[in-house]
This record gives sequence, structure tokens and C-alpha cells, in this order.
Amino acid sequence: METIGLHEADEDFIREVEERSGQALSRCYQCGNCTAGCPMSFTYDYPVSRLMRFIQAGRKDLVLSARTIWMCASCETCSERCPNKIDVAGVVEACRHMACRAGKDGVYAVKTFWDAFVLSVNQHGRAHEAGLLAMYMFRTGRFWTDVDLAPKMLPKGKIAILPHRIQGRREVAEIFRRFREGAADEEAVRSRLAAERRDDVVAAYSGEGCP
Amino acid sequence: MSSQHFGYFPGCSGLGTSLEYERSTRAVCGALGVALTEVPDWNCCGSSPVAHTADHALSSALASRIFAQAESVGIADIITPCPSCLKNLHNALRRMEDPLFRARVEALTQRPLRRAHTTKSVLQVLVEDVGCSRIRDAVRRPLKGLRVAPYYGCLLTRPGDSMKFDNPENPVSLDRLLESLGAEVLPFPLKVECCGAAFGVPARDVVPRLSGKLLDLAAELDADAVVVACPLCQMNLDLRQDQINAANGTRHSIPVPYFTQLMAYAFGLGDEAEGFAKLAVSMAPAFARMEGRAAAIERQEREAAAREAKKAGSAAEKKSAKAASAPAGGGL
Amino acid sequence: MRIGVFICHCGSNIAGTVDCASVAEQAAAFPDVVFSTDTLYACSEPGQDAIIEAIKEHRLTGVVVASCTPRMHEPTFRRAVERAGLNRYLFEMANIREHVSWIGKDMQANTNKSAELVRMAVAKLRLNTELKPKFFPVTKRVLVIGGGVAGIQAALDAADAGLEVVMVEREPSIGGKMAKLDKTFPTVDCSSCILGPRMVDVAQHPNITLHAASEVEAVSGYVGNFEVTIRKKSTCVDWSKCTGCGLCTEKCPAKKSYDRFNEGMGHTSAIVIPFPQAIPKKAGIEKEHCRLFRTGKCGVCAKICPTGAVDYAMRDQIVSVKVGGIVAATGYDLMDWTVYEEYGGGRYPDVITSLQYERLLSASGPTGGHVKRPSDGREPQSVVFIQCVGSRDCSVDRPYCSGFCCMYTAKQAILTKDHLPDSQSYVFYMDIRSPGKGYDEFTRRVQEEYRARYIRGRVSLVYPKGDKLMVRGADTLMGTQVEVEADLVVLAVGGEAARGAPHLAEKLRISYDAYGFFMEGHPKLKPVETNTAGVFLAGSCQGLKDIPSSVAQGSAAAAKVIGLLSRDMLESDPQIAQVNAGRCIGCGKCISVCPFKAIQETEARGLPKVEVIETVCQGCGVCNATCPQGAIQLSHFTDNQILAEVEALCRF
Repeated sequence: METIGLHEADEDFIREVEERSGQALSRCYQCGNCTAGCPMSFTYDYPVSRLMRFIQAGRKDLVLSARTIWMCASCETCSERCPNKIDVAGVVEACRHMACRAGKDGVYAVKTFWDAFVLSVNQHGRAHEAGLLAMYMFRTGRFWTDVDLAPKMLPKGKIAILPHRIQGRREVAEIFRRFREGAADEEAVRSRLAAERRDDVVAAYSGEGCP
Repeated sequence: MSSQHFGYFPGCSGLGTSLEYERSTRAVCGALGVALTEVPDWNCCGSSPVAHTADHALSSALASRIFAQAESVGIADIITPCPSCLKNLHNALRRMEDPLFRARVEALTQRPLRRAHTTKSVLQVLVEDVGCSRIRDAVRRPLKGLRVAPYYGCLLTRPGDSMKFDNPENPVSLDRLLESLGAEVLPFPLKVECCGAAFGVPARDVVPRLSGKLLDLAAELDADAVVVACPLCQMNLDLRQDQINAANGTRHSIPVPYFTQLMAYAFGLGDEAEGFAKLAVSMAPAFARMEGRAAAIERQEREAAAREAKKAGSAAEKKSAKAASAPAGGGL
Repeated sequence: MRIGVFICHCGSNIAGTVDCASVAEQAAAFPDVVFSTDTLYACSEPGQDAIIEAIKEHRLTGVVVASCTPRMHEPTFRRAVERAGLNRYLFEMANIREHVSWIGKDMQANTNKSAELVRMAVAKLRLNTELKPKFFPVTKRVLVIGGGVAGIQAALDAADAGLEVVMVEREPSIGGKMAKLDKTFPTVDCSSCILGPRMVDVAQHPNITLHAASEVEAVSGYVGNFEVTIRKKSTCVDWSKCTGCGLCTEKCPAKKSYDRFNEGMGHTSAIVIPFPQAIPKKAGIEKEHCRLFRTGKCGVCAKICPTGAVDYAMRDQIVSVKVGGIVAATGYDLMDWTVYEEYGGGRYPDVITSLQYERLLSASGPTGGHVKRPSDGREPQSVVFIQCVGSRDCSVDRPYCSGFCCMYTAKQAILTKDHLPDSQSYVFYMDIRSPGKGYDEFTRRVQEEYRARYIRGRVSLVYPKGDKLMVRGADTLMGTQVEVEADLVVLAVGGEAARGAPHLAEKLRISYDAYGFFMEGHPKLKPVETNTAGVFLAGSCQGLKDIPSSVAQGSAAAAKVIGLLSRDMLESDPQIAQVNAGRCIGCGKCISVCPFKAIQETEARGLPKVEVIETVCQGCGVCNATCPQGAIQLSHFTDNQILAEVEALCRF
């Protein structure tokens, strides 16, 4: 195993995770309760308490490339039981958002499935289960995914073959477009508010996480 | 006219995989005088995958459009059967209390919200706003003899600090509701453990392991059914039960109805509302067992009542005999 | 007046951010100041000597020291000026450490503020007058509240020194938590064997009066002369007649009553002698379980009692006693662990507290010392101990370490192996805290000799599976989730201030912290004193501690009381209210606001007036602020003195 240079901690990374999650990472005293209760732990490369430690140590690359942040099911057992009231799931989520922004591949199947879901909403306004599953199968080449379920669902009418397109789907698509173009970027919004002299809002800003 | 009126958000799965949840919810609310107005032309709530990967602002923007649509028909309070949708709607409202975050959301929707909104689960409304006594009053066919394991899933009560519904570690609302339908509610210690959520598709080993544990426990408790309140849980436990059995070498055949389906049954709202035909694992054997047990329970009750009557009768006889023999003005 | 000013550096504490020489230079120009200097440590011996020298050399008649808070060193400097022949009240202190140097870094601003504070002190000092204390007799009797090991130690030490001791215990027997323990760490000696004799000593000591099943109702008075009211709760048994024969407990039909002494691990009768070694060994009725009180029909105990001691109509009795000093030793209670729903919240019979486990281990316990599961009476093979349940946990508002759980858990793991050689213990811990004599060696022994498996990590979930309990935790050293099947789960539940502690603190007029623990006078230097003269602390009521520390504090508190009451007369503080009879109109407003009932009505030439009872007045000044005529003045803090300070500050 490699020797980790403690002085090489990426302080900016620590700060960014803290800002995005709204959680004080120094509160974590490594009791392991999050790992103890995590139902998805068996799918991780690092148990969540070690991930917290890596974040405390400012190990950016290691954290953002971890399988853990993609396999978290967001069940929030960790957050509910943390003796230091840290929203651990929120911290993991913040790392995942940062990994997405950094263009990390993540766990391919998971990310592809989620991307298919997002695309489906983008196109139709609602998630179309059959369609996004098809897209997932097409992209991953996993054509056998849940084919055994089809006979249980089709005759019962539980699979809508065609998507429900809502009337406001263009409005929804606009939301996605504006997002991609950075309309919701913090700096952009902040400077626009400043231009509109909405100092009250800028001053009241308390980070993206829980206010 | 009912004083209980809510905006209703069915959620995307209500049109497909959780059709029976959606239908039974409407029927049950109707029967209890809870008026629902569907949010017009609603969109996806921005649930898990969007919130997971993109950004809170984007997922909250999708939620915000739903509240904006509700405003267009004069509604502020929205209820939804789906815990995943609930969580995203709830988080969006909570985060938008922060002015800068709200401004970021509005930059995406271009539709600022004008009113103060709230959101609750259908379960919370039924237990808190309607109340178990009104539910009990509506029961025509009690579920006497049905042994049920109440399974809440992980989303419904978390995070406890902000959801403010029931106990996040040991919720009992569904227990109370099922009891008021007449069912025998088993203590189900894994009631808030995660079922594997949406990982059924991208990671096949997850659901057999997590949901398998839940089915194992339900079988150990000799439950007739695992009762759920979440489309994801239902899909994992019911639709994927064969996958779970195959992976784990188990032979479970435990039906997994939504609580609203059992309510529709108990209220006698008809097959369409009940929607048991939509379940992958049939409820029929469970109901058969229920009826067998109900008959046995009734027999026991009759016998006990008879014994009680006999005892009371003889005691009364003795008493009157004693009173007759005691001198007037006697006693202590 | 000829005033001398001394500006203390306090090493770098003050001098680091205050230009002390400059302050001294400015002070030299203040009215009546004839001498001014700065000094490295004013409180040190050379520092004090320098003050005394200066008083003599410059014929000073008043002294100002600008240094730290008066709470610590005002008495020091008052003694110093007294040694030089000045009255101790011709001295003033300016706090330029806590109020200046420690809270700001701006040297210029700090220096200015320090000079202002000195200017205020000088202004006040110019109006100070000599005050002389009066002397009053003390009551050589001490009240000890709480009969746990700390209270017992304090009571015995004080009684042995010749003081009369009145002990008040809430429970029907003394002994406290220690009486419930099976063995004690790190020696594994029998708890009741070492405590029992001391309990008997309390009962038999000619100087000790014991009121068990009693509570302190009210406290008035002041150091040396407290007036205490004690409520002796009705036990429905006349203890002057009860011989403790136990016949009533044998015949009582309500055998399924909750057993408080055994922490609910067994059942007992409704009329009960708490445990075999109870002091006093007297029976008492627990009304909520008694058939007579519940249904109106029974009365067996009254019939069977050979001495006719049972009296169902018995009422609470109120007793009053005068004492010179008070030792509070009210101990602790376990926090309500049932908030941990993830551990079952009390729903699983085989998840128990460490104190319950002590009762299962104890030979005098409900199982006769055989370790059996509460659910089915089976001997457990696999026992899981979970540490820090309600300790170091912000989510349940218990952020502090309870201090003794690591050690008693190690002891319990050893005892488990002694009782059940085939058993295996697992201890989930966060850190092992064992800084005591022989303590760390003890925690090594439990792992090395007794083969208890120590797992570094918290437990997230306990749930029943079949007739076992699944314990899901983490091993953070391996970095994995772990599971273990347990027959019995023992929670090391943390302690909290005893039930009702804040309420008692208010009666005693002492302060308590956010968690209900009583505040000591100074965290290092006055560990058993409080800020209320004559009231002392012993044991866990001040903060959780183990037996050796509790006993040490019991002795320390006794030493303090013995010292206090060794004097025949105490000095009264002359900083009290005084009435200017000429101005007083007898309106009585001061009487109604005085929290100490220290003012009474009187008459002068047929006119209504008030007067102050000097020994009762605590010098709080509420009357001074209330009096519409300015007729009642607090000595040393008169209106004129305060206004002089204000004027010194608001010169512009």
C-alpha cells in the first residue's frame, strides 16, 4: 500500500464537499456507524466510513473515482443514525455530483441507467419505464435485463408500451436546456441577483445543502 | 362535501408498474371522503436519478413545476402515494427556503411559485388527517385472521428531522392502520431496511440480497403478506420474487400488496379498486388462510363467551343466594 | 485618598495584547493616584510583596490592581492589603484579562479599554469606606443529601471528625448505584462486601441521623446556619416498630410487582425490603403495586406483622433541621436508552442495560447469580456488549463521555467468562478509555486472558432473528461491516444527572450545567465547592465518575465541611444592604422583592420603617435597585460608587 502524504491534503476539495453538502466533516469521529448500517456496503470498494475519512484527508481523486458513491442507494440509514448528526448520504451525494461534473465514468451500468432515466424525463416530461429500460439495454448491451419480468407485467397492463407525453414537455425540456447552459450555476445566479440589487438574497446564501 | 381536499400527484410509476397502487389510492380516498384533484399535466418529480446525478437545482426545478401546475388550479398542498416522489417534492420545498437556491430553481423554471406549499404522503394523510377510527368505521370486510408484515421501506420517514412523520426507526402508522382493518400485524423488525431500491436493473445481486432478507424474515414470521407503501419496494419484493428465489435458492411465495389494496378490499370497493390481479404473487392463498383462521378465531371467541356467560351466571346465582341468606342490614 | 495602581502582565496573558506600561503611565494621572506601576505577576509572592512595600513607602490608603477576574484573586489581594494595615475594602480590581486581553487582539484598543477600566476602579475606590465584618455562631451539623458511596464517605468522615450528620436518601435504603453492582473494577472485588460495612457504619454511628425514603423539601438560611425541611415519605410502615423480619414480604400476594432494586430483572412483593443488606432494613409499601391501594381488598401484611407496624393511613412527615453546611451527593441515573429504536427501544427482552446485567451477575440478584436470558431463562453463549449508548452521541443530546462504561464493560466481560466458561463476549467500542491505576492493564487482561473480542466500531442495528439477536456493526479497523449473532445484548448505557437534580440545585441556590450536573466552584481549584458558601459537592452529581473518584470527592467534601465548621464563629460579609432610616418611608417594596427574606418591618418614632437582618442578607442589591427613595444602599456598591464609575467612563 502507498504511503499517503498527509500534508498533500486537497483543502479546496474538503471545502467544496463541505459547501455542497452543508455538513461539517470534522464532526466525524470515525465510529463506523454509517458503515455498520449500510445495506449496500457489500457492493462498495470502500465502506462509507472510510470514504468519510478519505474526504477528511482531502483525497479527491480517490473519492471521486470510488465505486461507493455510485452504489449508495440513498436510503439515509447512515444519516439517520449518525451520532454526530452528519447527513452522510448528503455527503456521498455531493461527491457524486462532483464526480459527474468532473466527467468521471462512475459505475457504468448504474450511470447508464440513471442517464436513461434522465433522458426519458427530458424527452417526455415523465419517466417512461419501458422506454428507459430499452435504452439502458441498448446502451449497455445487457439485452437479457429483466426479460423474465415481461410475462409477469405485459398481460397485467403494468408496462406502458408508449410513453405518456405531457403537454408541457417542451417546458420541461427547456428546464433541462437552461440547466445545461448553466442558468442555475451559482455564480451566474449570484451575479444576476447582484445586478438586480437583490443583496438580501445574496447575503442570505448559506450553501447548497440544508439551510 | 368533504373538508379534506388535496392536490394529488400520482407519480410516473402510477401509470405503469404501480397501477394498482394508484387506482386503490383513489378509490380508498374517495370512500373516506378525501377529495383529490390531480395536478394537471404533471411531470416527473425529479426523483432519484436526477437528484442523484445532476444537481439539486435541476431536480428541484422539476418539482417546482409540479407546484406551479398545482397553483394554476388553486392548490397548495400536494399528496402522493410514492415515497420517492414525496422525498423529492419535500426536499425541493425545504431547499427552496434558501433564497439563493430558490433563485437558481427559478432561473430554470422561469415560473416563480406564488404560494406556500406543503407535501405529505397518502399514508400520512390517511393516518393523521382521516384517522384510524374513521378507517375502522369504513370497514365492511375485516381482515380478521390475516397475518401481515408491515414494511415501510427506507424513504417514507427519512430524514426524521425534516419529514416529521412517525418514528424514523420504528414507525407504527402502517401497523395501526392495518390493525384498524382487522388484520393481525406482526412485529417486523426490518420495517425500515432498504430493499435495494432502483438497483434492480443495473446491479442484479443487490435486490436478491436485500429484499431476500426481508422475504426470509416474513416467511420466518409466518406472514401471509408483506404490506408495502412504496412502488419500488413492491416491485422488488413482488415482481422480482422469482429472481430472488432463483438467486438465493429459496421458494418464497409471499404476496406483496399495497396497503391501499387491503383497504379497498376491507371497504368492499370491488375488484377494480382492489387490483389484486396486478400482483405477480397471488393474494388468493393468503385470503384462504385468512378465512380459515378467522373461522377458528370466531369459534374460540364463541366458546370463550359461552364460558364467561356460564361463569357470570353461576356467580350471580351464588351472590343472590348469599344476599338472601344474609341478615338485613348486614355486610361489613 | 492616596491611591496606588498596579497593572499586571499575567505573563503574556495580558501583556501580549495590552501595553501595560502605558496603562500604568495613564493611570498615574488619574485623580488621587500617587503611585502607579506595572508588574509581571501581581498575585505572586514578589508581586504581593511589592504592593505591601508600596503601601508602606508611599503611605497609600487605597489600592487598585488591574489583572484577572476578581472571582479567583480578589481575596488574595484583599489579604495582601490587609497585611499592610489597610482595610480590605479599600481595594478595587479591574479585570483586564477576561474582559480585555483574552477577547481582543487590537493592542491599541485593548490598552485604551484597560485604561478606562482602571479609571473606573479608581473613581469607585475614592468613595470606598472601611467595612468591618461581623461574627456569628455556626451550627456544627452537616446535611448530606444522597446516600450513595460518595455521600456515605462524606458522612462517615464528617461524623468521625465529631460533627453531627443528617443524611437524607430518596430511596428506602442507602447504598446508591454501588449497592446494585456485583463486582468492582479493576480488582473484581465484591461490591456489597466493601460497601456493606460502610452502610452499617452509617446506621450505627452515634453522630449520624439517617432519613431514608426522604427528600429535601426546602432550604433557607445561609452558610453556618441553614434551615432545612425534609419530607419523610410515607412507606405505610412505622419504622420505629418494623424489625425487618420480612414476614410481610413473604405473605404479600402481589408477588409480580416491579422490582426497582433489581432494575426490573425480577419481580418482588408490593411490600418490600429492597435487598438483604438494606440500610435501614425496613419494609415499605409500593402503593402502585399494593392490592389494598389498587382494589381496596387485602390487608394481609397488616394482619401478619408481629409488631403491628403496618399503617395504611400513614402520611408524609415533615422534619426541620438546622445545619451549618451541606454536601450534595445525589449521584446519577442512567439515560433513557429506549430512544435508541435501532436497538429495539426496549421491545426486545434480551437487550438489557449494564446495570440490569449487574443484577443478573449478582448472587443477591433475581437469578441468584446465574446468568440467564430474561426471555427464556437460557444461559447465553454469545454476549454482545455495546459501548457508548447515550454517551458521546450528539443525536441524543449526550455529547459527553460517561467515563466509567469502558471499565465496567471490561469487568462484565470477565465476569461473563467466569460465570459461563463456554461463552464468548464481543465488545463494540469506539475508544477504550482507561486512564486509572491498573485500569488499562485490566482492559488488556479481558482481551488477552479472557479472550473477549473487542471490535472497534459502533452498532447500527439489533434485531431479533429466531430466538437470537442479530447485531450489525462495523469493524473500522478492518474497514468492514460485521454481524454477530447474540443470545444477550448488554448496552453500556451512559449516565446523566440524577432525576430532579436541577430542582434540588435551585433549592440549594447552586448552579448546574446544561445536563443537570452541579457546577463546582472552579474546575481545577475548587472541585468540591460551589459558588454558594457552605454548599459542597461529592460524587457523580458534579460530573460522572467511578467509585474511587466518588469516594475521594466524598472525603474532600467532608474535609471542606470539617474545616468550615471547625470555627465557632464565622465572619459575615459586610457587603450587605443598609437602611438610611431618615430617608426610608416604610413602603415595604424592598421586603416584597428580597429573595432571601432578609428585610423586616420596624418602627421609628411611630413611623413605619424597614431594617436588614444582617446575617441573612446576601448582598444581591435587588432592594437597592427597587427602593424609590434611594434609602436602602448596598455597602461597597452604593449608588454614588456606581455612578462614579459611570461618570469615569462617560467623560465626553
